[in-house]
Amino acid sequence: MIKVEGIHKSFGKVHAVRGVSFDAPDGKITGLLGPNGAGKSTTLRVLYTVLRPDAGRATIDGADVVTQGLDARRRIGALPHGAGLYPHLTARENVAYYARLCGIDAASIDERVEDIIGLLEIGGFADRRTKGFSQGQRTKVALARSLVHDPQNIILDEPSNGLDVMATRSLRDLILKLKDAGRCVLFSSHVMQEVAALCDDICIIANGKVAIDDSADGIRRRTGCDDLEDAFVKAIQMVDPA
Amino acid sequence: MMRTLLTVFRKEVLDNVRDRRTLVSALIMGPLFGPMLFAFMINLSIERSLEDAERVIELPVIGAERAPNLRRYLESRNIDVVDGPADRAAALDAVANGTHDIVLVIPEEFGEQFTKAVPARVEVIADRSNTQADRLARRARTALHAYSGELASIRLSARGVSPLAMRPLNIDDVDVSTPSGRSAILLGMMSYFLIFAMLMGGMYLAIDTTAGERERGSLEPLLALPVTRNQLLLGKVAATCVFMALSLGLSLGSFYVALKFMPLDELGMTPNFGPLTVGAAFLVLAPFILLGAAVMTLVASFTKSYREAQTWLSGVLLAPTLPILIVSILTLRPRLEFMFVPSLSQHLLLVDMVKNKPLDPLHVAISVCSTLLLGGLLTWICARLYRREGLLG
Repeated sequence: MIKVEGIHKSFGKVHAVRGVSFDAPDGKITGLLGPNGAGKSTTLRVLYTVLRPDAGRATIDGADVVTQGLDARRRIGALPHGAGLYPHLTARENVAYYARLCGIDAASIDERVEDIIGLLEIGGFADRRTKGFSQGQRTKVALARSLVHDPQNIILDEPSNGLDVMATRSLRDLILKLKDAGRCVLFSSHVMQEVAALCDDICIIANGKVAIDDSADGIRRRTGCDDLEDAFVKAIQMVDPA
Repeated sequence: MMRTLLTVFRKEVLDNVRDRRTLVSALIMGPLFGPMLFAFMINLSIERSLEDAERVIELPVIGAERAPNLRRYLESRNIDVVDGPADRAAALDAVANGTHDIVLVIPEEFGEQFTKAVPARVEVIADRSNTQADRLARRARTALHAYSGELASIRLSARGVSPLAMRPLNIDDVDVSTPSGRSAILLGMMSYFLIFAMLMGGMYLAIDTTAGERERGSLEPLLALPVTRNQLLLGKVAATCVFMALSLGLSLGSFYVALKFMPLDELGMTPNFGPLTVGAAFLVLAPFILLGAAVMTLVASFTKSYREAQTWLSGVLLAPTLPILIVSILTLRPRLEFMFVPSLSQHLLLVDMVKNKPLDPLHVAISVCSTLLLGGLLTWICARLYRREGLLG
């Protein structure tokens, strides 16, 4: 369960996030939708504690991301945008490194790594060094890495970027599996169709503010647009510019 | 805490052992470059010093037929007289454009002046800016002076004056340097090569800790893990230190082997560089490892990319030479306050070891403590910087 309450974040003169609030409950998929530069990544970075909010607060299962950062991180599996792997390590070693850092006890690491490799279907290339992996392979390994400690909350920043149809589809299946297992999944995207197909809740962000936070049907109703893309554009226009 | 640190450390070691670039710079470049350059320089200076006395040189002479005795004298001193250019103008040209290194001109009036016993003029034409030519010119000049001196003695004796009247002073040089001491001048450079190799060994790891991870995009997911940044940084610095120590050990080993094969005795040098000194040198230099690792990590953490970090760190590689250079130029003797200056204190202690002088325990203690303290302080600053948001770029 992720709660975001009025967070603000500025970089110099740029006020990137201006009072964003939303909830991402367990057992649901929440989509953070918005055009490029809307403040999605900044919001997610605050949630996985690499950025500190200037104001407002956010909690992960009740753990404050600022004051209880370590606790909050224990409950998160994060896939940052463009996450990179260690090219000299095999996919399995990349995953096992994170497993060890997450404190999984030595006896069960191999088993856990094997499980996650199975779940993400990366067994075919698990023992190859990741140098030269395709974007799809890299994303899968990065995802396996961030899920290895079986986190309750999963934060994915534009996970489908650069993926082909097959990879996107298996990513979608995985996200649904995580939802069925009662996890809280929060992911960002700038593709309306992708979010609509997957999310229970959609939070549209523009200019660092929440334009609308509702289900796909709710958004259609409130914007008066049947077509989701039109609804998206209309919702963005509802936010006053910075 | 320790477990995370160890995990990071082990991963960094594995990752870098598989990285050819790191391996080459840590295990080959640093350890071999120094001793090889060193062997080359020492062999060069040995060749030069031998050359001066024994090698037969060729001396183009204009008008050799006017001074047959001088010719015989020069030939007795391993100087082969050969025909020079046609005239003086041609000789000047030939020396200026490098056809000849040196030309001796014996003018037409030589015989007449010689017979009258007035100073007979000879000309040595050489290019002083050319060190090779200058050495030849010096040999020619020395031989001419000696010839002139011998003639003077003969002329004085012929007039019933003792040639000893020409030598009011009898100057003797007494050299108190020991063979080990003489080697210290040349081997003083060794400490810099060792520090250089040590830094090279950890350079790529230091870059990787910040700029490398950032550029690869692996830093952000790493920071999102339930570990503290201190643990990550310390694990990485520890791995950097291990590679630096490895590089230092290998360099000392390769110096040890190289010195065995160098004909240093011919230069009157017997450096004290046995296995025991090698071990002691490692211990004296080891405190610099932490300092070097911290400085490199610190510098790399301010850079925006791998390439930028590489550029800056090449500068860092040169920094430890500065105090060594200043002290060498001013030929300052080891003093207590020098022991507070990292790289300089290690250099001075190493020079003393090679000279086979007993080390002052206080000097060693100050050198070790001050270097370690500074290294610790800089590591702490690195850890502070690793916590800032700007780390992600």
